[in-house]
Amino acid sequence: MVTSRSADRAGSLHRFDGLERALHWANAVLFVVVLTSAAALYFGPLSAVVGRRELVRAIHVYSGLALPLPFVAAFVLGRRWHSQLGDDVRRLNRWIDDDRRWLRSLGRDRRVRLGKFHPGQKINAAYLAGGVPVMVLTGSIMKWFEPFPLSWRTGATFVHDWVALGFFVLVTGHVLKAVADRDAMHGILTGWVDEGWATARHPRWREEHRKPV
Amino acid sequence: MEERTGTPVGRRVVLGMLGFGVGGVLVGARVSDFISRLLGPLTAADRTGLTELIPAAGRFRIYSVVGSLPHRSAEEYRLSVGGLVTRPLSLSVPDLQSMPAVRLVKDFQCVTGWRVHQVPWTGVRLADVLDAAGVGPGARAVRFTSFDGLYTESLTLDQARRPDVIVAYAMEDKPVSSAHGGPVRMYVAPMYGYKSCKWLSAIEVVDRVVPGYWEVRGYDVDAWIGRSNGRGDQPVG
Repeated sequence: MVTSRSADRAGSLHRFDGLERALHWANAVLFVVVLTSAAALYFGPLSAVVGRRELVRAIHVYSGLALPLPFVAAFVLGRRWHSQLGDDVRRLNRWIDDDRRWLRSLGRDRRVRLGKFHPGQKINAAYLAGGVPVMVLTGSIMKWFEPFPLSWRTGATFVHDWVALGFFVLVTGHVLKAVADRDAMHGILTGWVDEGWATARHPRWREEHRKPV
Repeated sequence: MEERTGTPVGRRVVLGMLGFGVGGVLVGARVSDFISRLLGPLTAADRTGLTELIPAAGRFRIYSVVGSLPHRSAEEYRLSVGGLVTRPLSLSVPDLQSMPAVRLVKDFQCVTGWRVHQVPWTGVRLADVLDAAGVGPGARAVRFTSFDGLYTESLTLDQARRPDVIVAYAMEDKPVSSAHGGPVRMYVAPMYGYKSCKWLSAIEVVDRVVPGYWEVRGYDVDAWIGRSNGRGDQPVG
């Protein structure tokens, strides 16, 4: 299915199907809401200016609780609609030697040949997959704190704060790198990427499309 | 394709994070405490405020329930003391400063989990303010109102007369800033931070406890640290 669709457009490769793109953008919207509300709750000068603590907290809690929903929906629908989401998740999970070489050289080693996703994206995806459940769990302890010992609530706050910091750093990096790369942006918006870009940046993945149909 | 040959680093990261999450909930309070003791003096001295971004750095977070930071200058500020009293008062900051001063150095604990260690607070005992006004018959409780126009709090008369409940005009040996609820705010040492009304405009002696802003939203009225809003025991230093 992938190879026949990439043959439809000369010079382009099909990178993301509709379900994957929908999942990405649903997450993007929720993350913007969660992270900006988090900043207004946590960052002193912003809290002082925005105030409205109860409203901001409600926005933060409910957008946070909603965060796993697009993932769940995508996985259920993905199986029914034969999306490549499952394949891409498997790719994001696995690291080859070239990934480690890329990481050690911080992307500077020119001999490295990467697959569909580069190690930065794999790290991002893993952090997301681990981080969202942790945030929902610790956030829930913070919000519905009555049944829990004070030390657990403090512990939950501690974990929530540090994992949030990680999200801020990774999401900022992700957005900055993404908007700087026109071909990548085209890929996540339309599903298609330039063949030349794929050959240069993701050669192993590009090669998969050379195989006979 | 990579998925058949590569190592499943993703899965390991996910499991690691879940482990960190659960472990962190169970022992994080101790780690957080250690870090905040370590970094507290550093962040207190940091003028840029950047170190406050470090989680558990042991500094204050600014909470306001209204749209912007309430502000009143120390010159124009007046604290009204009324209700079931024989002599209603209108006290300026200099008036408060002329009364016997108390300096408490204690931890400040928020119900959401963060704690600032060993904060110096200076002010007048609420008991002294009440005596200056003369508590009348039928009085059972005290009600606090904020000039943010929304926030209220309360204490029973017994709680109000405790030696560690003060009407504070200085924090960390500086006048209480607007950001921290100044020029005058309450500091109720043995209870969670929400009991300490900021941007204090009025103290009213009443015949019953009136649940305040956060209490009508589910928090405990008698908010003793470690003995309310959940179990646990970390006495305020």
